[in-house]
Amino acid sequence: MNPRFQQALDGITRVGGVRGAMLVTADDGLVIADTVMEGVRGNAVAALAASLMKRFRRVSAAASVGAPHFLHLQADNGTLVVVPAPNDVLVVTIGSPELNVGLTRLVMMRAAEVMT
Amino acid sequence: MKTTRAVESWTLQPLERFIYDTGARLTLIMTPAGQVLAQHGFTRAVDVMAAAALGAAIFSSTGEIAKMLREGGFSSLNHQGRRHGVFLGGFETRRGRLLALVVYGPDSSLGLVQLFFEELVERLALASPMQDDRRPILAADFERELNESLSSLFGR
Repeated sequence: MNPRFQQALDGITRVGGVRGAMLVTADDGLVIADTVMEGVRGNAVAALAASLMKRFRRVSAAASVGAPHFLHLQADNGTLVVVPAPNDVLVVTIGSPELNVGLTRLVMMRAAEVMT
Repeated sequence: MKTTRAVESWTLQPLERFIYDTGARLTLIMTPAGQVLAQHGFTRAVDVMAAAALGAAIFSSTGEIAKMLREGGFSSLNHQGRRHGVFLGGFETRRGRLLALVVYGPDSSLGLVQLFFEELVERLALASPMQDDRRPILAADFERELNESLSSLFGR
């Protein structure tokens, strides 16, 4: 893996409760780089998270509120966080239900800077 | 209007589910020779025949490139355009090797198509009848079989 990507993902996975972090192409939903725990279907999460982000972009465009900067999905057994990065890349994090979302967002935004 | 149709009924449910999951615009399930078993989204027989023939030829050509590279074979390939992508994937069933040709637009993505293609392959493998159940196609029956296939694919 590209050391810059590795460093960016390592910063996210150091946050307590993170089960995996990925850099994903926003258009194709393909994994560029990932660090995920065993049992997490990285390619499935990447494809579906990119699809979700595409739809949310349409929703926010329809609502005239601009492009989404942050997507947080809280589920029964976990948390999904998506942050758009430059060059049509998404930073995607999967975590436990107790994930510190504020801290995670901060490190994800730092990771997104790697893509500039 | 229902636009998913099948010559072989066991392909219909897995294909409908794949279309629902991916939002693909056009899909063909066919043999490597270009004989169509099911289709979604096509409205003209001539388009189905052309797409099937071209898709089978592309897959065959890349198969030859794989041989030159001493690869076992390419399982899938993708052509990406500005607005549409074309995905071609091969897979095994009890009815022998089949191909899927999928055209997807900006509402879908390569990642989604790849993801749900794996599930389509599993469902088709489970649904496929044994090879022995297949009726032989005789030259005398060819035209009638062809007309029946087109009627099934277009509901006419």
